[in-house]
Amino acid sequence: MKRLITGNEAIALGAFEGGVTAAFGYPGTPSTEILESLAMFRDRGVYAEWSPNEKVALEAAAGASIAGARTLVTMKLVGLNVAADPLMTLSYVGVVGGMVVVVADDPGQDSSQTEQDTRHYARLAKIPCLEPADAEEARDFTVAAFEISEKWRCPVILRTTTCVAHSRALVEENPSPRQRNETKFERNVPQFVPLPVFGRVLRRKVEVRLDAQAQEASRSELNTVIRRPGRAFGVVSHGVAALHAAEAFPDASILKIGWGWPFPDALLRSFAASVDRLLVVDEGDPILEEHIRSLGIACDGKNFVPRCGEITPSRLREVRRAMFPELRIPPAPEPVPDAADLPARPPTLCPGCPHRAFFTALGRFDVIVTGDIGCYSLGAFPPLNRTDTILCMGAGFSMAHGMAKAGETKPIVGVLGDSTFFHSGVTALLDAVYNKSAAVYVVLDNRITAMTGHQDHPGTGVTLLGETTKAASIEAMARACGVDRIRVVNPYDVDAMASAIGEELAAREPSLIISRAPCPLHIRKPLGPPRRVDEAKCVKCGACMKCGCPALERDASTGRPSVNAQACNGCSLCDRLCRFGAIGPSAPDTAK
Amino acid sequence: MQTTNVTLVGVGGQGILLASDVLARAAAEAGLDVKKSEIHGMSQRGGSVSSQVRFGGSVLSAIIPSGETDLLVAFDVVEAIRAFALVRPAGRALVDRKYVVPVTVSSGMQPAPDDPEGTLARLYDGRLFRIDSAALAAEAGNPRTANMAVAGAISTLLDIPEGAWDAALRGRIPAKLLEPNLRAFALGRAAAAQ
Repeated sequence: MKRLITGNEAIALGAFEGGVTAAFGYPGTPSTEILESLAMFRDRGVYAEWSPNEKVALEAAAGASIAGARTLVTMKLVGLNVAADPLMTLSYVGVVGGMVVVVADDPGQDSSQTEQDTRHYARLAKIPCLEPADAEEARDFTVAAFEISEKWRCPVILRTTTCVAHSRALVEENPSPRQRNETKFERNVPQFVPLPVFGRVLRRKVEVRLDAQAQEASRSELNTVIRRPGRAFGVVSHGVAALHAAEAFPDASILKIGWGWPFPDALLRSFAASVDRLLVVDEGDPILEEHIRSLGIACDGKNFVPRCGEITPSRLREVRRAMFPELRIPPAPEPVPDAADLPARPPTLCPGCPHRAFFTALGRFDVIVTGDIGCYSLGAFPPLNRTDTILCMGAGFSMAHGMAKAGETKPIVGVLGDSTFFHSGVTALLDAVYNKSAAVYVVLDNRITAMTGHQDHPGTGVTLLGETTKAASIEAMARACGVDRIRVVNPYDVDAMASAIGEELAAREPSLIISRAPCPLHIRKPLGPPRRVDEAKCVKCGACMKCGCPALERDASTGRPSVNAQACNGCSLCDRLCRFGAIGPSAPDTAK
Repeated sequence: MQTTNVTLVGVGGQGILLASDVLARAAAEAGLDVKKSEIHGMSQRGGSVSSQVRFGGSVLSAIIPSGETDLLVAFDVVEAIRAFALVRPAGRALVDRKYVVPVTVSSGMQPAPDDPEGTLARLYDGRLFRIDSAALAAEAGNPRTANMAVAGAISTLLDIPEGAWDAALRGRIPAKLLEPNLRAFALGRAAAAQ
């Protein structure tokens, strides 16, 4: 029986069927569910873990692979920036057991700060890059990637995109998964120790390997041709974009690239020779297009295909319309004017979110806030407006430090989350203390990696496989970094938080505030009874609305606020903001 | 065999992904090829959610081109209007009575939509089906089964046998929640058939 599974579930299935021993990763949309799915195979001998960050994950996998085990590493696109250092060298050093590095790109930036094209990293690292187009291929390509990796003794990148990761297709399970490799490290210093004397030899081997892999890619079944009648027009595309192209260009032959780097030159040349006019559809940067031009082959590409955003069937139909005006293809339907006037539904902090309470307290101060990656990045939006910069994980602390060192006269508050603190915030805190920064640093500790859907991290005391373990202490780590001023504050107590912030801003040394309250979505129980507005006491001042809670509604004609009892989590933040005592619990609070 | 395109839209928390899962499974149970895509990046935080299901003899892309949706299923009136450009000129729309107030409106940052029911009726004139899933879910005994009431209504608008739907529900819904969900599905199916 075929099962309808996502691309991410299919990668986990492929890893299991391909004989994976150990898997490592850091959560990041759209890659997160791969390891969560693989953890389901724990009873069948698979090890999987959340590492503190992507660099650690890749290095751990490298150790396992060099000892002979097949390994999987998962991350989102920006995670590979963090893991790039070990990946570059591992390309030289190589692996023994097959190693698949899954990187999920996000064309269209559904949930990412950049739209970087991971194929560049495959070229930079000089390792093969496979690109499955749907869930069935995600499983098949994962198995193939292990084989390629082990054959050439180098890591292989499996590049997916949001569309592949989160779409479902029918996949037939393989009833006989491959046996796992024996784990047994064998010493081989010239191979595993890339000191320059050995590294220069390894460097030359990489080039030899690339030439051989290019020939293999040209013959590989991972690259396929959808041949259609006539030779007037052909399209070269890759991954899921090739499926969209096959749909949008129903008369064209399609070269669907699944193993695109090292470039399969022989295949590209023969396909180009089989058609009179060629279009190259790169989703992301014009990597295939520029290479095909460099082979002396004329083609269209980004002169028609959009440079930014996801390449969808709709957008490719517009490309076809522009390329072939004689076909008189009708334009895509425009959104109706009625739709343009509709109110937006931006993502917001959930009702009862402790971050909202923290930002409400922080809103009482005229400070610069350097933020970070996580749910709290939503604090940048109105009505909170309490984040001024975001760069990457950990930068919430390091940018505050740098700004302070440069002589910024306004007070600076650096903010990040618990998972991001362990990811790379702790090194930034170390820098701040060592180099005597006077900023205020805040960890919004909601006891889980929330935005990606509640993954454990070193501070939770639970592993991905569900075992209890030691929970790392943020305050102990900060103390070890040399922070003397550390306070833990309940963010729902807005006045207490505000006085803590005020006192620490006045201090002449680095201080750490841990704003600690668990994510209500994770603990899955209300914080208290739903709130209710007492109409007799409410003066319609609007103070409660300034926290931006989606459970608070305001009547447009009367201006009177009310609480949506279904949405309210009973956090009491709005009670505390009301100076007239007009908001309170709708029932006695039995939770405490 | 022609591919059938179904787009489901709504707001995070309405159970759209589960409803689209059941639809996709039902198509698979009927022996059809099927692909499903969904946008759920930051949707847990109250944003718009959409999912697309395509089924037929052989499905290439998981994404439906704009203007080629055969059946739009909207769990919210405003989202049905927003999605209008996705639907074929002859495509049908199944729209819940529900209107979830956007946070931009409740907080006073944007005005409430002007007469969404009137706009809806005008846009989808003659090919609009309505359902009150909250009422049906209440009747089924569990307010969280509203999405399966919608699925029941969907089942009357697509060419997938009833047995395939039943198998999909039993395969997808956890056993302890199955009974009220089956009831809601049956109520949705009966309501749409009227």
